[in-house]
Order: sequence, then C-alpha cells, then structure tokens
Amino acid sequence: MSREGAVNAAIVALLLVVPVGAWLADEPFIVTLATRAVILALAGVGLNIALGLGGMISLGHAAFFGIGGYAMGILASHAQSYEPLFNWPMTIGGTQSMPLIWLVAMSVSGLAALMVGALSLRTTGAYFIMITLAFGQMFYYFAVSWPAYGGDDGLSIYVRNGFPGLNTLVPVQFLAICLMLLMLGLGFAAMLARSPFGLALDAARQAPERVETVGMRPYRLRLMAFVISGVITGLAGALYADLNRFVSPVMFSWQTSGEIMVFVILGGAGRLFGPVAGAMLFILLEHVLGGVSEFWHVYLGLLLLIVVLFARGGIIGLLAGRQVAHG
Amino acid sequence: MLSLTGVSACYGASQALFNVTLALREGEVLALMGRNGMGKSTTVKVICRLLAARSGRIEFAGYDLRRLPAHKAARLGIGPVFEGRRRFANLTVGENLLVAARPGHWDRARIEALFPRLGERFRQPAVSLSGGEQQMLAIGRALMTNPRLLILDEATEGLAPLVRQEIWAAVALLRRETGMAILVIDKSLRELRRIADHAVLLERGATVWSGTMESLTPDIADRYLGL
Repeated sequence: MSREGAVNAAIVALLLVVPVGAWLADEPFIVTLATRAVILALAGVGLNIALGLGGMISLGHAAFFGIGGYAMGILASHAQSYEPLFNWPMTIGGTQSMPLIWLVAMSVSGLAALMVGALSLRTTGAYFIMITLAFGQMFYYFAVSWPAYGGDDGLSIYVRNGFPGLNTLVPVQFLAICLMLLMLGLGFAAMLARSPFGLALDAARQAPERVETVGMRPYRLRLMAFVISGVITGLAGALYADLNRFVSPVMFSWQTSGEIMVFVILGGAGRLFGPVAGAMLFILLEHVLGGVSEFWHVYLGLLLLIVVLFARGGIIGLLAGRQVAHG
Repeated sequence: MLSLTGVSACYGASQALFNVTLALREGEVLALMGRNGMGKSTTVKVICRLLAARSGRIEFAGYDLRRLPAHKAARLGIGPVFEGRRRFANLTVGENLLVAARPGHWDRARIEALFPRLGERFRQPAVSLSGGEQQMLAIGRALMTNPRLLILDEATEGLAPLVRQEIWAAVALLRRETGMAILVIDKSLRELRRIADHAVLLERGATVWSGTMESLTPDIADRYLGL
C-alpha cells in the first residue's frame, strides 16, 4: 500500500471509530458533528472533481449545494402539508423518501451545473471565478425573494426524511447513510480520475492546446466534469438539509462556496481524500476553537495561509508526500 | 492530401507568415526547412489550427482546415509532435499514450515495438523520462491518434547522437512500413536527404523554394539555410 493509501485508510478508520465510539458512549452530539463533516466532505469531493482534477476554480458551487438542499426542502414540505407540487398537467406531490429526494436533487443540480458551466466555461481565470460567483449569488437572491418557500427565513422540515429499512432519526443510522454515500462518491471520484475521461481532463488542465491537437475538446471535457461535480455537491446539499431539517438561502451564499473550497484546499486539491481531511479539520477547528472564541475563523485563515504558502498538497500532501503521476 | 496556398498568419499585430505555399501527397515525406525564426513552427501551428491563418487556403483530405477548430483538425488525422518534447507531466507513460488513443493500426503493442523503452517505462511518470524518451513518448502519443499525417517539428533537437539515430530509424521505419505522410522539420540536412522526398524552404515567413530533395543543391542550401 502506498503512503497515501495508508493515510486514506487511517482517515476512513477515524471516520468509523470516532462516531461509533461516540455512539457507544452515548454522545449523539459527536455523531452529529461527524455526520456534518461527512456531508461537507461529500460536497468537497464534488468540488474536487472540478477544482482538483479539472483546474476550474468555481466560487459558485454553493448554488448546487443550495439547489440540493432546496430540492429536499420543497419536496419534504409538500409531503408534510399534503399539498401537491403541481396540479397540471398531472398532480405531483412531495415526498419524504430520501432516495427519491436524492434523485431529484442530483438531477436539478446537474441541470443547473450544465447551464452555469455551459456559459461560464467559455471564460477562464479571474473571469471564470467571477461568473461562477455571480451565478451563485443569483441563486442566493432568488431564494431570498421566494416567499413560497420561506424567503429569507428559510424552510423548516419537522421530521427527517425516510430511508427504507433504517430509522433516520437515530443519528448513527443517518450517519451510516451519509458515510455510505461519501464512500460511493470517493469510489466514483477515484474511478473517474483513472478513466480515459479523467486522464483527458487532467491533461486538459495541464495543457489545453496539446489536448486539442490529439482531437479532444477541452471545453466539453470541463463541462462534463463541472456537471458531475455539481451533481455530487447537490447530493451533499440534500443530505445537509436533512441533517439540519432546515434550508435557508445561506446554503447558496458565496461564504458556503468559499467554505467548500477551503475544505478542498486545506485537505489537498486534487488528492482523493483531500476534501475529507479538510472537512474533518474544519469541523474540528470549528468545534474546538469555536468554544474558545467566536472569532475562530481568524485561526482558520492563518492555517489556510500556512497551507497555501508552505504545503501546496494540503494535509494529505503533508502526510503522504507530493503527488506523482497516477501510476 | 495537405496543401497550403498563399497562407499568411499573425501573432497579434506582428505578422509571422506572409505567403506560405506547400503541398504534401499521401505517403510522401516533406521536409520544411529554413533558418531559425523563418516561420516553420508557425506553419505547423497554422496547420494544426492552433493559430488562425489570416489569408490563403489550407486543405487537408478535401476539408478546408480554416473552417475547423483544432480538435476537429486533429480528428481528421493530423498528428503533430511539437518541439520541446511536450508531454502531460502528471500522467504516466501509459496514460500519456492511452489518453490520445483512437482506433486504428497504432496501438500500445505497436508503439512498444517501435520504441521498446516506452514499454519498459509504461508505468513510470512521464516527467521522470530522459529527453530522448520524452521525445519518443511525444511521437508515440501522436501515433496513438492514428494520424494520416504525422508532423515532426524539431523532433531530434537537443538530443544525444545515439538517441537521434534511434528516432530517425523509427521515422524511416514509419515511412517504409506504413506509408504514412510525414511533414518533418529538422536542422539535419543529411538526415532529411535520407528520408524526405521533397523540400520546401521558408525565408521570412514565405516559401522561397520547393522541389525534390535531389534538386536541393548545395548552392540553394547555402543561400537559404546557411549550410
């Protein structure tokens, strides 16, 4: 096993041992904290495909996170109130089935990513960052001004959505669902990176002109990666909304986009477990330093500065060394 | 198969090509020659659609290349190997080859037979290869696209004599056994005489001479190439 493989295995072990230990010790708060880290890690896994593999610095991924969240919120609120979503051309009601909600969240966030990506990927560099940021803020203000679903105040869901065979209200069971999805997301990201598509995307990040001369179109490769990235982030948004049983426009805000990017950079952009390590550290700092000072983001900022200046590979890079070719 | 007629091109406000005319038939090897800065590599960029031609006609296999983006030109069967041993540094040797692969005569086994060293280093990061091996990888990657036209831009530049011989031997083999059309740019007139059928000489971004390699007399070589 490579050094990075050992570090990744240790992270998985930590993700299993800490919540199970907390559950046995009857500490549901720790389990919920771990669930939050797992869900945010999944959002980071999504962004990492665009940022780490494709080199797309998107400051608008909160849009997909929020869309996933609102997909859950809207479907669940209609199911609770027994009011149909549509009456024409046929009656479609809400649902409290998690798998169905995930499917809708992923489809809608994928469509949104296709639209955002198709326009923003025609630009590069600072322009791409600004366009994705603008799209994110557009969705944010749309949610703020949508009174039917809570507007600025957001939308509360009284009961967590259901998953066949499990009681999702038991924190450790909901964590198991989130952890399973994170592992699936990581497995998919690993497969993607090693697939011909992933190799081409990586090559397009390094040298787009050279990729064109072997007959591939970097724009199309990036757009596909951006959509996949949006779909995964949207799924994380639906889980996050289910964890809190609440959605609000904050999920769409540029601060959320920034936080997801912080997980990725802190953990190691382009490293498979980078977002997981980043999200775990973020939650740990928030919990530990947040208890000491409400200005704990200052310490996070300092840490991020150190990582960017001295540890380009993030936490994974520090622990496992520099990344070489996929081998 | 490939023809350029009166092609001009600019880098921003600076004109680099004024009037380039050349023609290459199926199965032929054409040497594009000229002193440094005369427009050879710019001509290759124009053919590959990495630089837009300002005027003139560029046709390949019956298609007007000026209407096509770079990736579509490549899909028609243009396989360039640019100067500077350009490879995808983050990928392994195998990944560099596979990322470009398109169905056809050239596959992994044939590339490894042509350049056995690539087979030995298949799982190694491309960045760890020697200069000669990187050049072999660049040629191998171009061949994996199964091109109808291979373009070699200074393929042996800066390489050790033994490695250069190895690459020239591979190019000769390509010519002999596949009948692939090749456009080759190199400073070694001796090697070009061995391998090419025709030559086109460029000076200040314009075609100043074209003919068979036999008709390229020392006098002409001296006048346009300073040899």
